[in-house]
Amino acid sequence: MPTPRFTFHQPQNLEQALDLVGMYRTNGKILAGGTDLVPKLRAGLMDVHHVVSLNRVPGLNRITFHEDDGLVIGAGARLADVALNPEVMKHYPGLAHACSVMATTQIRNMGTVAGNIVNSAPSADTAAPLLAYKAAVILVERGGRRHVPLTEFFSGPGLNVMEPMEIMEAIRVPSPPRRSGSAYLRLSARSKVDIAAVGVAGFLALDMDGVIIEARLALAAVAPTPLRCPEAEAMLAGQKPDPQLLTRAAAACVRACRPIDDVRATAAYRRKMVQVLAGRVIEQCYQTAERGDA
Amino acid sequence: MELIFKLNGEEVRLSQVPGEESLLTLLRERLGLTGTKEGCGVGECGACSVLLDGKVVNSCLTAAWQAAGREVTTIEGLAGDEDLHPVQRAFVEAGAVQCGFCTPGMILAAKSLLDQNPDPDEEVIKNALAGNLCRCTGYHDIIRAVRRAGKLLRGETS
Repeated sequence: MPTPRFTFHQPQNLEQALDLVGMYRTNGKILAGGTDLVPKLRAGLMDVHHVVSLNRVPGLNRITFHEDDGLVIGAGARLADVALNPEVMKHYPGLAHACSVMATTQIRNMGTVAGNIVNSAPSADTAAPLLAYKAAVILVERGGRRHVPLTEFFSGPGLNVMEPMEIMEAIRVPSPPRRSGSAYLRLSARSKVDIAAVGVAGFLALDMDGVIIEARLALAAVAPTPLRCPEAEAMLAGQKPDPQLLTRAAAACVRACRPIDDVRATAAYRRKMVQVLAGRVIEQCYQTAERGDA
Repeated sequence: MELIFKLNGEEVRLSQVPGEESLLTLLRERLGLTGTKEGCGVGECGACSVLLDGKVVNSCLTAAWQAAGREVTTIEGLAGDEDLHPVQRAFVEAGAVQCGFCTPGMILAAKSLLDQNPDPDEEVIKNALAGNLCRCTGYHDIIRAVRRAGKLLRGETS
């Protein structure tokens, strides 16, 4: 098979980008950071003839935070910039951690959070914390814009609900309440560079007496898509954590996952580690929330 | 359409660059700058590291067109006319070069780190260089070199 030749388009604004994406919906791809897409294109793995780069679309690399509106991560915002953003570090430590430990410096300098989500790998490191923070994505197409909660976004390994003519414009994350805490923990064989074998993210909001008002837990790399753990969340709501409750809630997370054996870990190991990491994540979230500084 | 960017301080204009060409291929094969190495070709080894607007990236994962309007620095652009860049000097003085294949990428990753954080501790250095593999496994001296480079840049030693 001859090397597929393609054209690299650099639209100067979102309207132009949408036009191009519409025009090439059958054989085009959108490029944000390119770290997942470029090697696939070079290997000739995709029937793509047009690449629409978002790099020159103004405003897409924004990272903004307001107490009322929460966080907006533009589709062009680099992983490294999100990881080091002071507001992200303060209000969304789980996301900051995911962005700072995944991949390598080189990839974090190019790759984007939006790209990590659109790529929709079951192991996507930013997906679990974003699920725990109740993020939604903003998808635009010619003449329309829709918000999709991240819980409804992933549909399978590498699959999501985006239409071929849509561009992810941004990710919106609600502002966390004052007495809340969050965390993301992940395991991989090398602990650096390589893809996560297990990822667990959590978010807890407390009332003034330290009772959990709301709990959200999310898992990565242990099911066909990143996912939330409603059973465990319901168990925690209205309670104060004790060691027994932590064990039971973590066990509910294990019940939510559907891991497989692959090169990174066995399904059995993944289940055991979900139990361990979920317990730690809940504890860490609770401790941060009690300090009330998140 | 012409691809225009700044390479090692000078403007480069190229025509007929196909969309699938990586920045790595463009640098090595079109421009003859072979200091940038191709190792794995999939963004794991870091041998192809270059600076894009001052930040280290994998040129194998970067489409050449992504450099349009931006500034690329390769290992060839680091030294002055007569003097090595302090990071290069530190690598020589610390004996951090074995076969040398990973060295250009290591040096650029180290420069990118030191530009952001002039005094990194060992853990920070290890994290920053985690995307650069040395198959001679000469990491110990490489980390020493980065610490030395930091001292040279901070003027704490000469």
